[in-house]
Amino acid sequence: MSRKRDWVPWLYLAPALLILSVYLVYPIVGTVYYSFFDKRSQHFVGWANYKWALTSKVMHIAFRNNILWLIFFTVFVVAFGLLLAVLADRVRYESPLKSIIFLPMAISFVGAGVIWKFVYAYRPKGAPQIGLLNAIITALGGEPVGWLVNRSVNNFALIVVGIWVWTGFCMVVLSAAYKGIPKELLEAARVDGANEWQIFRHVTLPLMVPTIAVVTTTMVINVLKVFDIVYVMTNGDFGTEVLANRMYKEMFNYRNYGRASAIAVILLLAIIPVMLINIRRFQEEEALR
Amino acid sequence: MIRRLESTIARVPLHLVLVGMALAWFIPTLGLLISSFRTQDAVLSSGWWTVFRNPFLAGQFTLENYKAVLEAQGMGRAFVNSIIITLPATVLPILVAALAAYAFAWMDFPLRRTLFMVVVGLLVVPLQMTLIPILRLYNKTHLAGTFPGIWLAHTGYGLPLAVYLLRNFFSEIPRDLFESAFLDGATRWTAFRVIVLPLSVPALASLAIFQFIWVWNDLLVALVYLGGTEKVAPLTVRLSSLVNSLGQNWHLLTAAAFISMALPLVIFFSLQRYFVRGILAGSVKG
Repeated sequence: MSRKRDWVPWLYLAPALLILSVYLVYPIVGTVYYSFFDKRSQHFVGWANYKWALTSKVMHIAFRNNILWLIFFTVFVVAFGLLLAVLADRVRYESPLKSIIFLPMAISFVGAGVIWKFVYAYRPKGAPQIGLLNAIITALGGEPVGWLVNRSVNNFALIVVGIWVWTGFCMVVLSAAYKGIPKELLEAARVDGANEWQIFRHVTLPLMVPTIAVVTTTMVINVLKVFDIVYVMTNGDFGTEVLANRMYKEMFNYRNYGRASAIAVILLLAIIPVMLINIRRFQEEEALR
Repeated sequence: MIRRLESTIARVPLHLVLVGMALAWFIPTLGLLISSFRTQDAVLSSGWWTVFRNPFLAGQFTLENYKAVLEAQGMGRAFVNSIIITLPATVLPILVAALAAYAFAWMDFPLRRTLFMVVVGLLVVPLQMTLIPILRLYNKTHLAGTFPGIWLAHTGYGLPLAVYLLRNFFSEIPRDLFESAFLDGATRWTAFRVIVLPLSVPALASLAIFQFIWVWNDLLVALVYLGGTEKVAPLTVRLSSLVNSLGQNWHLLTAAAFISMALPLVIFFSLQRYFVRGILAGSVKG
Protein backbone atom coordinates (compact mmCIF):
# COMPACT_ATOMS: atom_id res chain seq x y z
CA MET A 1 0.00 0.00 0.00
CA SER A 2 2.98 2.29 0.10
CA ARG A 3 3.78 4.74 -2.64
CA LYS A 4 6.65 7.17 -2.97
CA ARG A 5 5.94 10.53 -1.32
CA ASP A 6 2.48 9.46 -0.32
CA TRP A 7 0.76 12.39 1.35
CA VAL A 8 -2.64 10.75 1.79
CA PRO A 9 -1.85 9.29 5.26
CA TRP A 10 -1.27 12.80 6.55
CA LEU A 11 -4.80 13.75 5.55
CA TYR A 12 -6.11 11.04 7.85
CA LEU A 13 -3.70 11.99 10.59
CA ALA A 14 -3.98 15.75 10.43
CA PRO A 15 -7.05 16.36 12.65
CA ALA A 16 -5.75 14.03 15.38
CA LEU A 17 -2.19 15.39 15.30
CA LEU A 18 -3.43 18.97 15.38
CA ILE A 19 -5.73 18.37 18.37
CA LEU A 20 -3.12 16.34 20.23
CA SER A 21 -0.55 19.09 19.74
CA VAL A 22 -2.86 21.81 20.99
CA TYR A 23 -4.43 19.94 23.91
CA LEU A 24 -1.58 17.78 25.16
CA VAL A 25 1.86 18.53 23.73
CA TYR A 26 1.77 22.33 23.86
CA PRO A 27 0.27 22.47 27.41
CA ILE A 28 2.88 20.04 28.78
CA VAL A 29 5.64 22.35 27.56
CA GLY A 30 3.70 25.39 28.77
CA THR A 31 3.13 24.01 32.26
CA VAL A 32 6.80 23.11 32.71
CA TYR A 33 7.66 26.65 31.57
CA TYR A 34 5.15 28.36 33.89
CA SER A 35 6.41 26.34 36.84
CA PHE A 36 9.59 28.43 36.78
CA PHE A 37 7.71 31.75 36.82
CA ASP A 38 5.83 33.75 39.45
CA LYS A 39 2.09 33.65 40.09
CA ARG A 40 1.17 35.74 37.02
CA SER A 41 3.91 34.13 34.87
CA GLN A 42 5.74 37.45 34.45
CA HIS A 43 9.01 37.00 36.34
CA PHE A 44 11.38 34.08 36.26
CA VAL A 45 11.76 32.65 39.77
CA GLY A 46 14.00 29.64 39.19
CA TRP A 47 13.24 26.70 41.47
CA ALA A 48 11.23 28.77 43.97
CA ASN A 49 7.88 27.09 43.21
CA TYR A 50 9.45 23.64 43.60
CA LYS A 51 11.13 24.68 46.81
CA TRP A 52 7.74 25.80 48.10
CA ALA A 53 6.16 22.55 46.89
CA LEU A 54 8.70 20.45 48.75
CA THR A 55 8.99 22.44 51.98
CA SER A 56 5.68 24.17 52.81
CA LYS A 57 3.36 22.79 55.47
CA VAL A 58 0.28 22.61 53.21
CA MET A 59 2.21 20.60 50.65
CA HIS A 60 3.50 18.23 53.30
CA ILE A 61 -0.08 17.48 54.29
CA ALA A 62 -0.99 16.94 50.63
CA PHE A 63 1.99 14.61 50.10
CA ARG A 64 1.20 12.70 53.27
CA ASN A 65 -2.41 12.21 52.21
CA ASN A 66 -1.47 11.12 48.69
CA ILE A 67 0.83 8.54 50.26
CA LEU A 68 -1.98 7.36 52.56
CA TRP A 69 -4.21 6.99 49.49
CA LEU A 70 -1.43 5.30 47.55
CA ILE A 71 -0.91 2.65 50.22
CA PHE A 72 -4.37 1.99 51.65
CA PHE A 73 -6.43 2.53 48.51
CA THR A 74 -4.17 0.43 46.30
CA VAL A 75 -3.73 -2.45 48.75
CA PHE A 76 -7.41 -2.78 49.60
CA VAL A 77 -8.79 -2.28 46.13
CA VAL A 78 -6.50 -4.94 44.66
CA ALA A 79 -6.99 -7.31 47.61
CA PHE A 80 -10.79 -7.02 47.50
CA GLY A 81 -10.73 -7.40 43.72
CA LEU A 82 -8.65 -10.57 44.02
CA LEU A 83 -10.80 -11.97 46.84
CA LEU A 84 -13.98 -11.43 44.85
CA ALA A 85 -12.47 -12.77 41.62
CA VAL A 86 -11.44 -16.03 43.28
CA LEU A 87 -14.44 -16.53 45.59
CA ALA A 88 -17.28 -15.42 43.29
CA ASP A 89 -16.28 -18.17 40.87
CA ARG A 90 -17.50 -20.74 43.43
CA VAL A 91 -21.10 -19.61 43.90
CA ARG A 92 -24.22 -19.68 41.72
CA TYR A 93 -25.02 -15.99 42.25
CA GLU A 94 -21.73 -14.91 40.69
CA SER A 95 -23.21 -12.69 38.01
CA PRO A 96 -25.62 -10.59 40.15
CA LEU A 97 -22.88 -10.30 42.78
CA LYS A 98 -20.44 -8.93 40.22
CA SER A 99 -23.06 -6.49 38.90
CA ILE A 100 -23.57 -5.07 42.38
CA ILE A 101 -19.85 -4.63 43.00
CA PHE A 102 -19.27 -3.13 39.54
CA LEU A 103 -22.24 -0.75 39.72
CA PRO A 104 -20.38 2.18 41.36
CA MET A 105 -18.15 2.40 38.25
CA ALA A 106 -21.18 3.83 36.43
CA ILE A 107 -21.66 6.60 38.99
CA SER A 108 -19.68 9.84 39.01
CA PHE A 109 -17.30 10.48 41.89
CA VAL A 110 -19.50 13.45 42.75
CA GLY A 111 -22.50 11.13 43.06
CA ALA A 112 -20.44 8.64 45.07
CA GLY A 113 -19.35 11.52 47.29
CA VAL A 114 -22.96 12.42 48.06
CA ILE A 115 -23.90 8.79 48.70
CA TRP A 116 -21.11 8.42 51.25
CA LYS A 117 -21.47 11.84 52.80
CA PHE A 118 -24.95 10.67 53.72
CA VAL A 119 -23.62 7.38 55.11
CA TYR A 120 -21.17 9.40 57.24
CA ALA A 121 -23.76 12.01 58.34
CA TYR A 122 -23.16 13.08 61.94
CA ARG A 123 -25.60 14.24 64.62
CA PRO A 124 -24.58 15.09 68.18
CA LYS A 125 -25.05 12.39 70.78
CA GLY A 126 -28.71 11.93 71.75
CA ALA A 127 -30.18 13.21 68.46
CA PRO A 128 -31.48 10.55 66.07
CA GLN A 129 -28.65 9.52 63.75
CA ILE A 130 -29.68 9.69 60.09
CA GLY A 131 -26.28 8.52 58.80
CA LEU A 132 -26.08 4.74 58.58
CA LEU A 133 -22.63 4.40 60.10
CA ASN A 134 -23.26 6.50 63.19
CA ALA A 135 -26.67 4.83 63.62
CA ILE A 136 -24.96 1.44 63.78
CA ILE A 137 -22.33 2.72 66.20
CA THR A 138 -24.83 4.36 68.57
CA ALA A 139 -27.11 1.32 68.39
CA LEU A 140 -24.14 -0.74 69.62
CA GLY A 141 -23.69 1.73 72.48
CA GLY A 142 -20.85 3.80 71.02
CA GLU A 143 -20.44 7.56 70.58
CA PRO A 144 -21.20 9.10 67.18
CA VAL A 145 -18.09 9.98 65.16
CA GLY A 146 -17.63 13.01 62.90
CA TRP A 147 -16.21 10.87 60.12
CA LEU A 148 -15.29 13.72 57.79
CA VAL A 149 -14.02 16.24 60.37
CA ASN A 150 -12.21 14.00 62.85
CA ARG A 151 -8.59 14.14 61.74
CA SER A 152 -7.70 10.66 62.89
CA VAL A 153 -10.30 9.00 60.64
CA ASN A 154 -11.34 11.42 57.88
CA ASN A 155 -8.68 10.47 55.34
CA PHE A 156 -9.62 6.83 55.72
CA ALA A 157 -13.29 7.71 55.39
CA LEU A 158 -12.49 9.26 52.00
CA ILE A 159 -10.28 6.37 50.95
CA VAL A 160 -13.17 3.97 51.66
CA VAL A 161 -15.22 5.81 49.02
CA GLY A 162 -12.45 5.35 46.47
CA ILE A 163 -12.26 1.65 47.31
CA TRP A 164 -16.04 1.34 46.99
CA VAL A 165 -15.88 2.82 43.47
CA TRP A 166 -12.85 0.95 42.08
CA THR A 167 -13.10 -2.56 43.57
CA GLY A 168 -15.48 -3.61 40.80
CA PHE A 169 -12.95 -2.70 38.17
CA CYS A 170 -10.16 -4.73 39.81
CA MET A 171 -12.54 -7.64 40.34
CA VAL A 172 -13.54 -7.82 36.67
CA VAL A 173 -9.97 -7.70 35.34
CA LEU A 174 -8.65 -10.20 37.89
CA SER A 175 -11.65 -12.46 37.41
CA ALA A 176 -10.91 -12.70 33.68
CA ALA A 177 -7.34 -13.74 34.53
CA TYR A 178 -8.55 -16.27 37.12
CA LYS A 179 -10.94 -17.89 34.69
CA GLY A 180 -8.07 -18.18 32.23
CA ILE A 181 -6.14 -20.53 34.53
CA PRO A 182 -6.52 -24.13 33.24
CA LYS A 183 -8.82 -25.98 35.64
CA GLU A 184 -6.71 -29.20 35.30
CA LEU A 185 -3.89 -27.39 37.06
CA LEU A 186 -6.07 -26.67 40.11
CA GLU A 187 -7.52 -30.21 39.99
CA ALA A 188 -4.05 -31.74 39.88
CA ALA A 189 -3.06 -29.79 42.98
CA ARG A 190 -6.26 -30.90 44.71
CA VAL A 191 -5.58 -34.56 43.85
CA ASP A 192 -2.10 -34.15 45.31
CA GLY A 193 -3.80 -33.23 48.58
CA ALA A 194 -3.21 -29.49 48.64
CA ASN A 195 -5.83 -27.50 50.55
CA GLU A 196 -7.59 -24.48 49.05
CA TRP A 197 -5.22 -21.98 50.66
CA GLN A 198 -2.14 -23.84 49.43
CA ILE A 199 -3.58 -24.00 45.92
CA PHE A 200 -4.24 -20.27 46.00
CA ARG A 201 -0.82 -19.45 47.42
CA HIS A 202 1.30 -21.74 45.22
CA VAL A 203 -0.69 -22.16 41.99
CA THR A 204 -3.28 -19.42 41.47
CA LEU A 205 -1.37 -16.44 42.81
CA PRO A 206 1.89 -16.96 40.87
CA LEU A 207 -0.10 -17.35 37.63
CA MET A 208 -1.99 -14.12 38.30
CA VAL A 209 1.03 -11.96 39.13
CA PRO A 210 1.25 -10.27 35.68
CA THR A 211 -2.41 -9.22 35.80
CA ILE A 212 -2.10 -8.07 39.39
CA ALA A 213 0.85 -5.91 38.32
CA VAL A 214 -1.17 -4.29 35.52
CA VAL A 215 -4.15 -3.63 37.80
CA THR A 216 -1.88 -2.20 40.48
CA THR A 217 -0.16 0.25 38.10
CA THR A 218 -3.56 1.40 36.80
CA MET A 219 -4.72 2.02 40.37
CA VAL A 220 -1.51 3.89 41.21
CA ILE A 221 -2.06 6.25 38.27
CA ASN A 222 -5.64 6.78 39.41
CA VAL A 223 -4.78 7.44 42.99
CA LEU A 224 -2.08 10.00 42.23
CA LYS A 225 -4.69 12.15 40.49
CA VAL A 226 -7.53 11.68 42.98
CA PHE A 227 -9.52 14.92 43.09
CA ASP A 228 -13.31 14.68 42.83
CA ILE A 229 -13.99 12.68 46.00
CA VAL A 230 -12.00 15.07 48.17
CA TYR A 231 -13.40 18.14 46.41
CA VAL A 232 -17.00 17.10 47.02
CA MET A 233 -16.77 15.58 50.48
CA THR A 234 -14.41 17.88 52.41
CA ASN A 235 -12.91 20.29 49.86
CA GLY A 236 -9.59 19.38 51.41
CA ASP A 237 -10.50 20.83 54.82
CA PHE A 238 -9.63 19.22 58.16
CA GLY A 239 -6.31 17.90 56.87
CA THR A 240 -7.67 15.89 53.93
CA GLU A 241 -6.12 17.82 51.05
CA VAL A 242 -4.35 15.88 48.25
CA LEU A 243 -2.02 17.19 45.53
CA ALA A 244 -4.68 17.60 42.83
CA ASN A 245 -6.91 19.58 45.19
CA ARG A 246 -4.04 21.78 46.29
CA MET A 247 -3.27 22.49 42.65
CA TYR A 248 -6.88 23.46 41.99
CA LYS A 249 -6.84 25.83 44.98
CA GLU A 250 -3.57 27.43 43.90
CA MET A 251 -5.09 27.91 40.46
CA PHE A 252 -8.51 29.32 41.31
CA ASN A 253 -8.44 30.50 44.93
CA TYR A 254 -4.95 32.03 45.03
CA ARG A 255 -4.44 32.61 41.29
CA ASN A 256 -0.88 31.36 41.63
CA TYR A 257 -0.13 29.70 38.28
CA GLY A 258 3.53 29.17 39.15
CA ARG A 259 2.83 27.00 42.18
CA ALA A 260 -0.08 25.22 40.50
CA SER A 261 2.16 24.35 37.54
CA ALA A 262 4.89 23.04 39.81
CA ILE A 263 2.37 20.68 41.47
CA ALA A 264 1.23 19.45 38.05
CA VAL A 265 4.83 18.77 37.02
CA ILE A 266 5.39 16.79 40.23
CA LEU A 267 2.34 14.65 39.40
CA LEU A 268 3.72 14.05 35.92
CA LEU A 269 7.12 13.08 37.28
CA ALA A 270 5.45 10.54 39.56
CA ILE A 271 3.65 9.03 36.57
CA ILE A 272 6.56 8.99 34.10
CA PRO A 273 7.86 5.57 35.22
CA VAL A 274 4.44 4.12 34.40
CA MET A 275 4.54 5.85 31.02
CA LEU A 276 7.91 4.26 30.24
CA ILE A 277 6.65 0.84 31.32
CA ASN A 278 3.65 1.25 28.97
CA ILE A 279 5.87 2.21 26.03
CA ARG A 280 8.19 -0.73 26.72
CA ARG A 281 5.22 -3.12 26.97
CA PHE A 282 3.92 -1.77 23.67
CA GLN A 283 7.27 -2.33 21.97
CA GLU A 284 7.36 -5.91 23.23
CA GLU A 285 3.85 -6.54 21.93
CA GLU A 286 4.84 -5.11 18.56
CA ALA A 287 7.89 -7.36 18.41
CA LEU A 288 5.58 -10.37 18.78
CA ARG A 289 3.29 -9.36 15.93
CA MET B 1 -25.99 -37.22 53.51
CA ILE B 2 -23.67 -36.22 56.34
CA ARG B 3 -20.88 -35.44 53.91
CA ARG B 4 -23.11 -33.13 51.91
CA LEU B 5 -24.17 -31.39 55.13
CA GLU B 6 -20.52 -31.00 56.05
CA SER B 7 -19.61 -29.41 52.76
CA THR B 8 -22.60 -27.07 53.03
CA ILE B 9 -21.45 -25.98 56.48
CA ALA B 10 -17.89 -25.57 55.21
CA ARG B 11 -19.21 -23.16 52.62
CA VAL B 12 -21.01 -20.92 55.13
CA PRO B 13 -18.02 -18.57 55.60
CA LEU B 14 -17.72 -18.21 51.82
CA HIS B 15 -21.34 -17.09 51.55
CA LEU B 16 -20.99 -14.80 54.55
CA VAL B 17 -18.05 -12.98 52.97
CA LEU B 18 -19.67 -12.63 49.55
CA VAL B 19 -23.15 -11.66 50.72
CA GLY B 20 -21.61 -9.30 53.27
CA MET B 21 -19.62 -7.53 50.57
CA ALA B 22 -22.63 -7.36 48.26
CA LEU B 23 -24.65 -5.72 51.03
CA ALA B 24 -21.86 -3.28 51.91
CA TRP B 25 -21.66 -2.25 48.26
CA PHE B 26 -25.39 -2.02 47.70
CA ILE B 27 -26.80 -0.49 50.89
CA PRO B 28 -25.27 3.03 50.55
CA THR B 29 -26.93 3.49 47.15
CA LEU B 30 -30.20 2.03 48.42
CA GLY B 31 -30.18 4.55 51.28
CA LEU B 32 -29.75 7.39 48.81
CA LEU B 33 -32.57 6.13 46.60
CA ILE B 34 -35.03 5.67 49.48
CA SER B 35 -34.21 9.03 51.05
CA SER B 36 -34.78 10.86 47.80
CA PHE B 37 -38.45 9.79 47.97
CA ARG B 38 -39.03 10.74 51.62
CA THR B 39 -40.37 14.02 52.96
CA GLN B 40 -38.03 16.57 54.49
CA ASP B 41 -39.37 15.97 58.01
CA ALA B 42 -38.96 12.23 57.68
CA VAL B 43 -35.41 12.42 56.31
CA LEU B 44 -34.23 14.80 59.01
CA SER B 45 -35.90 13.07 61.96
CA SER B 46 -35.27 9.37 61.29
CA GLY B 47 -32.90 7.10 59.38
CA TRP B 48 -33.99 5.91 55.93
CA TRP B 49 -33.99 2.30 57.13
CA THR B 50 -36.98 3.04 59.35
CA VAL B 51 -39.22 2.90 56.25
CA PHE B 52 -38.93 -0.87 56.43
CA ARG B 53 -41.05 -0.86 59.61
CA ASN B 54 -44.07 0.13 57.47
CA PRO B 55 -42.93 -0.29 53.89
CA PHE B 56 -46.43 -0.01 52.47
CA LEU B 57 -47.54 3.02 54.43
CA ALA B 58 -48.93 5.33 51.76
CA GLY B 59 -48.05 8.98 52.07
CA GLN B 60 -44.54 8.53 53.43
CA PHE B 61 -43.12 8.72 49.92
CA THR B 62 -43.17 11.80 47.72
CA LEU B 63 -41.92 13.07 44.38
CA GLU B 64 -41.69 16.64 45.67
CA ASN B 65 -37.90 16.45 46.16
CA TYR B 66 -37.37 15.64 42.50
CA LYS B 67 -39.69 18.45 41.45
CA ALA B 68 -37.83 20.87 43.70
CA VAL B 69 -34.31 20.04 42.51
CA LEU B 70 -35.23 19.83 38.83
CA GLU B 71 -36.88 23.25 38.86
CA ALA B 72 -35.76 25.42 41.77
CA GLN B 73 -32.24 23.98 42.12
CA GLY B 74 -31.42 23.94 38.41
CA MET B 75 -30.84 20.19 38.01
CA GLY B 76 -33.20 20.15 35.01
CA ARG B 77 -31.11 22.73 33.19
CA ALA B 78 -27.94 20.91 34.25
CA PHE B 79 -29.28 17.64 32.82
CA VAL B 80 -29.83 19.33 29.45
CA ASN B 81 -26.34 20.85 29.64
CA SER B 82 -24.82 17.44 30.37
CA ILE B 83 -26.49 16.03 27.26
CA ILE B 84 -25.34 19.00 25.15
CA ILE B 85 -21.78 18.52 26.40
CA THR B 86 -21.59 14.74 26.28
CA LEU B 87 -22.96 13.82 22.86
CA PRO B 88 -20.52 15.85 20.70
CA ALA B 89 -17.70 15.11 23.17
CA THR B 90 -18.32 11.41 22.53
CA VAL B 91 -18.75 11.44 18.75
CA LEU B 92 -15.99 13.91 17.88
CA PRO B 93 -12.97 12.13 19.42
CA ILE B 94 -14.04 8.74 18.05
CA LEU B 95 -14.42 10.17 14.55
CA VAL B 96 -11.04 11.92 14.59
CA ALA B 97 -9.38 8.90 16.22
CA ALA B 98 -10.83 6.42 13.70
CA LEU B 99 -9.24 8.33 10.81
CA ALA B 100 -5.84 8.48 12.50
CA ALA B 101 -6.03 4.87 13.71
CA TYR B 102 -6.71 3.74 10.13
CA ALA B 103 -3.57 5.51 8.96
CA PHE B 104 -1.51 4.03 11.82
CA ALA B 105 -2.80 0.53 11.15
CA TRP B 106 -2.81 0.32 7.36
CA MET B 107 -0.73 3.06 5.79
CA ASP B 108 2.98 3.67 5.42
CA PHE B 109 4.47 7.01 6.26
CA PRO B 110 7.67 8.28 7.84
CA LEU B 111 7.81 8.37 11.66
CA ARG B 112 4.84 6.01 11.91
CA ARG B 113 6.24 4.08 14.89
CA THR B 114 7.57 7.16 16.64
CA LEU B 115 4.31 9.07 16.36
CA PHE B 116 2.36 6.10 17.66
CA MET B 117 4.78 5.77 20.56
CA VAL B 118 4.05 9.40 21.41
CA VAL B 119 0.33 8.57 21.50
CA VAL B 120 1.04 5.66 23.88
CA GLY B 121 3.07 8.01 26.07
CA LEU B 122 0.32 10.65 26.12
CA LEU B 123 -2.18 8.04 27.40
CA VAL B 124 -1.20 8.54 31.01
CA VAL B 125 -0.36 12.25 31.09
CA PRO B 126 -2.31 13.69 34.03
CA LEU B 127 -5.01 16.14 32.98
CA GLN B 128 -3.59 18.56 35.52
CA MET B 129 -0.58 19.12 33.25
CA THR B 130 -2.80 20.73 30.62
CA LEU B 131 -5.21 22.90 32.60
CA ILE B 132 -3.33 26.20 32.93
CA PRO B 133 -2.06 26.66 29.35
CA ILE B 134 -5.40 25.62 27.85
CA LEU B 135 -7.35 27.87 30.22
CA ARG B 136 -5.12 30.79 29.19
CA LEU B 137 -5.64 29.95 25.54
CA TYR B 138 -9.39 29.77 26.16
CA ASN B 139 -9.48 33.11 27.93
CA LYS B 140 -7.71 34.71 24.98
CA THR B 141 -9.91 33.07 22.35
CA HIS B 142 -13.16 33.42 24.37
CA LEU B 143 -13.67 29.65 24.38
CA ALA B 144 -13.79 29.58 28.19
CA GLY B 145 -17.34 29.00 29.40
CA THR B 146 -18.57 27.79 26.01
CA PHE B 147 -19.76 24.38 24.82
CA PRO B 148 -17.40 24.22 21.79
CA GLY B 149 -14.52 24.84 24.20
CA ILE B 150 -15.36 21.81 26.32
CA TRP B 151 -16.17 19.62 23.30
CA LEU B 152 -12.70 20.25 21.91
CA ALA B 153 -11.04 19.74 25.31
CA HIS B 154 -12.73 16.36 25.80
CA THR B 155 -11.80 15.46 22.23
CA GLY B 156 -8.16 16.18 23.02
CA TYR B 157 -8.20 14.24 26.28
CA GLY B 158 -10.07 11.30 24.75
CA LEU B 159 -7.93 10.99 21.63
CA PRO B 160 -4.85 9.06 22.84
CA LEU B 161 -6.95 6.23 24.22
CA ALA B 162 -9.27 6.16 21.22
CA VAL B 163 -6.40 6.15 18.70
CA TYR B 164 -4.57 3.46 20.65
CA LEU B 165 -7.55 1.11 20.97
CA LEU B 166 -8.87 1.57 17.45
CA ARG B 167 -5.43 1.16 15.88
CA ASN B 168 -4.99 -2.15 17.71
CA PHE B 169 -8.45 -3.25 16.66
CA PHE B 170 -8.11 -2.14 13.03
CA SER B 171 -4.78 -3.91 12.59
CA GLU B 172 -6.46 -7.25 13.42
CA ILE B 173 -8.56 -7.01 10.25
CA PRO B 174 -7.28 -9.62 7.74
CA ARG B 175 -5.01 -8.17 5.04
CA ASP B 176 -6.79 -10.15 2.28
CA LEU B 177 -9.91 -8.05 2.66
CA PHE B 178 -7.97 -4.91 1.78
CA GLU B 179 -6.00 -6.54 -1.02
CA SER B 180 -9.09 -7.78 -2.83
CA ALA B 181 -10.81 -4.41 -2.35
CA PHE B 182 -7.84 -2.58 -3.84
CA LEU B 183 -7.73 -5.06 -6.75
CA ASP B 184 -11.34 -4.12 -7.41
CA GLY B 185 -10.18 -0.53 -7.66
CA ALA B 186 -11.33 0.69 -4.24
CA THR B 187 -9.68 3.78 -2.83
CA ARG B 188 -8.39 3.89 0.71
CA TRP B 189 -11.39 6.00 1.67
CA THR B 190 -13.80 3.36 0.28
CA ALA B 191 -11.92 0.63 2.12
CA PHE B 192 -12.30 2.63 5.34
CA ARG B 193 -16.04 3.01 4.84
CA VAL B 194 -16.94 -0.47 3.62
CA ILE B 195 -14.38 -2.65 5.44
CA VAL B 196 -12.95 -0.95 8.51
CA LEU B 197 -15.96 0.81 9.99
CA PRO B 198 -18.55 -2.01 9.59
CA LEU B 199 -16.14 -4.60 11.03
CA SER B 200 -15.34 -2.41 14.03
CA VAL B 201 -18.84 -1.76 15.35
CA PRO B 202 -18.28 -3.63 18.66
CA ALA B 203 -15.01 -1.77 19.35
CA LEU B 204 -16.58 1.55 18.43
CA ALA B 205 -19.56 0.84 20.67
CA SER B 206 -17.42 -0.04 23.70
CA LEU B 207 -15.29 3.02 23.16
CA ALA B 208 -18.34 5.25 22.74
CA ILE B 209 -19.80 3.99 26.02
CA PHE B 210 -16.54 4.55 27.84
CA GLN B 211 -16.14 8.08 26.48
CA PHE B 212 -19.81 8.88 27.19
CA ILE B 213 -19.54 7.79 30.83
CA TRP B 214 -16.19 9.53 31.25
CA VAL B 215 -17.51 12.86 29.97
CA TRP B 216 -20.86 12.55 31.75
CA ASN B 217 -19.15 11.87 35.07
CA ASP B 218 -16.31 14.38 34.61
CA LEU B 219 -16.06 17.15 37.19
CA LEU B 220 -12.60 18.68 36.80
CA VAL B 221 -12.64 19.55 33.08
CA ALA B 222 -16.09 21.14 33.33
CA LEU B 223 -15.16 23.00 36.50
CA VAL B 224 -12.05 24.51 34.94
CA TYR B 225 -13.24 25.37 31.41
CA LEU B 226 -16.96 25.99 31.97
CA GLY B 227 -17.06 27.32 35.52
CA GLY B 228 -20.12 27.20 37.73
CA THR B 229 -22.54 29.42 35.79
CA GLU B 230 -25.93 27.74 35.73
CA LYS B 231 -26.41 28.34 32.02
CA VAL B 232 -23.62 25.94 31.03
CA ALA B 233 -22.80 23.84 34.15
CA PRO B 234 -23.32 20.07 33.77
CA LEU B 235 -24.84 17.81 36.43
CA THR B 236 -21.58 17.06 38.24
CA VAL B 237 -20.70 20.73 38.68
CA ARG B 238 -24.25 21.66 39.73
CA LEU B 239 -24.45 18.75 42.18
CA SER B 240 -21.11 19.59 43.77
CA SER B 241 -22.20 23.19 44.32
CA LEU B 242 -25.49 21.97 45.80
CA VAL B 243 -23.48 19.91 48.29
CA ASN B 244 -22.19 23.24 49.62
CA SER B 245 -25.35 25.31 49.36
CA LEU B 246 -27.89 22.73 50.55
CA GLY B 247 -25.77 21.47 53.43
CA GLN B 248 -27.97 19.20 55.53
CA ASN B 249 -31.01 19.21 53.21
CA TRP B 250 -30.54 15.54 52.51
CA HIS B 251 -34.00 15.09 51.00
CA LEU B 252 -32.94 17.41 48.13
CA LEU B 253 -29.31 16.31 47.85
CA THR B 254 -30.24 12.66 47.54
CA ALA B 255 -32.74 13.41 44.78
CA ALA B 256 -30.22 15.61 42.95
CA ALA B 257 -27.55 12.91 43.21
CA PHE B 258 -29.91 10.30 41.85
CA ILE B 259 -30.79 12.48 38.85
CA SER B 260 -27.09 12.75 38.02
CA MET B 261 -26.74 8.94 38.09
CA ALA B 262 -29.92 7.99 36.27
CA LEU B 263 -28.61 7.92 32.71
CA PRO B 264 -25.33 6.05 33.45
CA LEU B 265 -27.34 3.49 35.43
CA VAL B 266 -29.74 2.96 32.51
CA ILE B 267 -26.76 2.42 30.19
CA PHE B 268 -25.14 0.11 32.74
CA PHE B 269 -28.19 -2.12 33.04
CA SER B 270 -29.17 -2.14 29.37
CA LEU B 271 -25.71 -2.50 27.79
CA GLN B 272 -23.80 -4.20 30.59
CA ARG B 273 -21.51 -6.23 28.34
CA TYR B 274 -20.37 -3.26 26.24
CA PHE B 275 -20.23 -1.16 29.36
CA VAL B 276 -17.83 -3.49 31.14
CA ARG B 277 -15.74 -3.93 28.00
CA GLY B 278 -15.58 -0.17 27.49
CA ILE B 279 -14.53 0.54 31.07
CA LEU B 280 -11.86 -2.16 30.92
CA ALA B 281 -10.50 -0.85 27.63
CA GLY B 282 -10.44 2.67 28.99
CA SER B 283 -8.68 1.81 32.19
CA VAL B 284 -5.28 3.00 31.01
CA LYS B 285 -6.52 6.53 30.42
CA GLY B 286 -4.70 9.37 32.15
